[in-house]
Amino acid sequence: MPEPDRQQMDVDIACVGFGPAAGGFLITLARRLADRDGPALASRMAPGMPLQVVCYERADDMGFGVSGVATRARAIRESFPGLDVSEIPLAAEISEERILYLLDPYGASRRPLLMRFADRLIRAFPRLFRCDRDAIELPFTPEFLHKAGGLVLSIGQFNSWVGQQVMMTGAAQIWPGSPVAEPLIEEGRVAGVRLIDQGVDRKGNPAGGYLPGMDIRSALTVIGDGPAGPVGRKLDEVFGMPEGHRRDEWAVGMKFVVQLPEGVDLKPGTVFHTIGYPEPEIFGFFYVHPGRLASVGIFVPSWFENPARTAYRYLQHYIQHPYLWRYLKGGTLRSWGAKSIQESGRRGEPYLAGDGYARIGEGSGSTNVLTGSGVDEAWATGVLLAEAVVDLLEKGEPFTRENLERAYVGRRRRSWLEQESRVAEKARDGFHRGVIAGFIGMGLTGLSGGRLAVPGRPKPPRKRFPRVEEFFADRIPRGEIEKIRQECAAQAKPLHDALMERCGWPKIEYDGKLLVSHQDALLMGGKVQAPAGVADHVVFLYPKLCESCGTRICVEMCSGEAIHPGEDGVPAFDREKCVHCGACFWNCPEENIRFEAGPGGLHSAEN
Amino acid sequence: MSNGYHIVVCAGIVPDPLQTLEPVTGPQGPALRNEMMLPAVLDPWAAHALYEAAHLARNAPGSKVWLVSLSPKAKLQQVMMTIAQKVPFELVALDGPASGFTDAGETAVALARAIQAIPGLDRSRLLVFGGWESASRGAGATLQMVGEILGITDQFQGVDALEIQSDGSFRILERIEGGVHQVSACAGPPAVLGWATGTLPEPPNQPQIGMQNMRAIMPALQGAQPAGLAGGKIEFLEVRIPSVRRETQVIKDLSPEEIAKEIVEWIKE
Repeated sequence: MPEPDRQQMDVDIACVGFGPAAGGFLITLARRLADRDGPALASRMAPGMPLQVVCYERADDMGFGVSGVATRARAIRESFPGLDVSEIPLAAEISEERILYLLDPYGASRRPLLMRFADRLIRAFPRLFRCDRDAIELPFTPEFLHKAGGLVLSIGQFNSWVGQQVMMTGAAQIWPGSPVAEPLIEEGRVAGVRLIDQGVDRKGNPAGGYLPGMDIRSALTVIGDGPAGPVGRKLDEVFGMPEGHRRDEWAVGMKFVVQLPEGVDLKPGTVFHTIGYPEPEIFGFFYVHPGRLASVGIFVPSWFENPARTAYRYLQHYIQHPYLWRYLKGGTLRSWGAKSIQESGRRGEPYLAGDGYARIGEGSGSTNVLTGSGVDEAWATGVLLAEAVVDLLEKGEPFTRENLERAYVGRRRRSWLEQESRVAEKARDGFHRGVIAGFIGMGLTGLSGGRLAVPGRPKPPRKRFPRVEEFFADRIPRGEIEKIRQECAAQAKPLHDALMERCGWPKIEYDGKLLVSHQDALLMGGKVQAPAGVADHVVFLYPKLCESCGTRICVEMCSGEAIHPGEDGVPAFDREKCVHCGACFWNCPEENIRFEAGPGGLHSAEN
Repeated sequence: MSNGYHIVVCAGIVPDPLQTLEPVTGPQGPALRNEMMLPAVLDPWAAHALYEAAHLARNAPGSKVWLVSLSPKAKLQQVMMTIAQKVPFELVALDGPASGFTDAGETAVALARAIQAIPGLDRSRLLVFGGWESASRGAGATLQMVGEILGITDQFQGVDALEIQSDGSFRILERIEGGVHQVSACAGPPAVLGWATGTLPEPPNQPQIGMQNMRAIMPALQGAQPAGLAGGKIEFLEVRIPSVRRETQVIKDLSPEEIAKEIVEWIKE
């Protein structure tokens, strides 16, 4: 097909993705641009105009498709001195923090021997261990896990609030519903970005109202599209990763936002971090917002090797754990969502800057894998880049690799962000030897300031997952698995419900309010939408590979059941159900899924 | 028409239709739980009116489109970030509640005053567009009252099509009962048209239009004055949402006949 006649627009700075990193970047830059006391920073692309700064966000609104967090908020508070937390909807100062070890009330999880022994001991002496509803509160919380002095935030509401602050300066524009297809790379330089084509069919062929994606040419392109963003991944593909850096560790985070029932008097800002349940590898959280709302969710990491890795079903069991259910029972699902999390931390750091571009946020390897903290770190990267950009603009220096290395990367290397991420670098290596080794490793690293760690060799997810028959070999006879396969195939269902129930997980008794089917969660909580006129953003590259795939993890793990069993063993994709978590591309053992930019997805900002 | 039209589109904002709405009673009267946290969209009826206005303006050189909105300005700003990429317009913003729990008469007065205050507005070329009904829980009478306050007697509601005749007059199709249209002839502006769905699809996002629009939108939002709705003229005795029964099924490729049959059986239950 001949290259269509594309429109072009010139701006000074084009930003890809509006998350916490872009928030930090834009608020810092926009305040400087709006500051009439400083020297004017004029546009080079549009002479006579102020600097032209635009940010393109994939989701249909600024706060869609993100999550609740508990964060130390050091960088965020620095950006907003004297911050009145009540200005941000659903935000609260952290008032209480507990780390809980959850026992398994059903005996269905795969607990290592040592954990089973500990469970028995706890159950034998519940008073001694102060066991309350199958949970014990860890007697002390190591400093590195504390978020004391921090904030519980709904990132949906926080992003919306930040976006308003940015827009009200009049110095930058944020455009949601505008997915960026790819970077424009010319002779090793990033010259801008290309927006997705509109008016095309699901395969991307021109249809009614065809409008080729516009080329946004910019002096500087700021990439903050997260770990699953297509622009950042394309840069990794073209420019490669620095020596020794890889993105082998991932997780799916999934959460519910729940309206707690009347009578639950948990104080806003209450935070529970949990370990041990629903599987030992799965971490959980429970954050209380004002207005009797709570964010409750789990992280399913790539080192959890179950190929029938359904975050949704595990989350349903998690919320029904007796310790949490006493608060949640009778509650109502208000919102729901999922996202991929880059868990490689500093080891997943790409080239942070090059000619015409800079990387910020989670996709730039800023997440601290020891403290489990990413939002504030992402925000800090944006602030550091904005300071660097202002510095270069004031000196009249171009956005070359050398200049950005000096002004931005240099700042980052000298920051607390860098120091802490170096401490955290090996914190989770132990998990590649087993969950107990993992916890010991985290403790060692945290307590020794990064000097000690349990060694382990991260493997990419595609090399981790065994076939279903192998993983369940000790629990379900091979013949029975085959029978389950056939029954599920006949009903076009994934395997995980049947496998989990066969392993002792109780059936979920729906209450129609909080415990609802996955499909109902899409409508009640996720509010998922997909506009017409754009191409499918999930594509199975080689159907033959899918036919021969024995695991079909994509079907099992899909956060919205958007990927489901299709004909001839090739999974089918319904974008109307996709929440854009991006977990399919990194879970696929054959690397056979292309995950592109697309609009739509979650339509909730209560996340 | 050589000089084109001055088209004023009255458009409120409403919660994104996918949201879970829950009425509550607050100190100011009825409201929706977490309303300021819910994402908002331009009232879908009024959005159609805006697209029709832009289409008409594009085909009548010299025309100009204003969007007059009485909404909480923080939420309106958010909505503008989506809608401003669609078609060219100039925003006139009034800061006030968009909950629908307001008196339609008061709202109409505020909108009419804002329209009258638009600099350079030529009444002889004026077309007031809006949604036929309102998705904002309003009475659906606001647009008509705006027209009355402005002294415009040619009013059409449930409009699906506006055709410009060679003599500059209008041929207007209004929805009436029975799934048919009433065809009206109108000499020309000034007129009020309350749009049903119109015939135009939602335009694609056009970044250049967005950039251009936003340069004037932000100052308009920053300068938005309180609408000054006094309230108290209307009392809500009870507010509730219709009871719903949710039974989700996901079935692909079902024929329309089968779907209809299933719905009939469900209604009979």
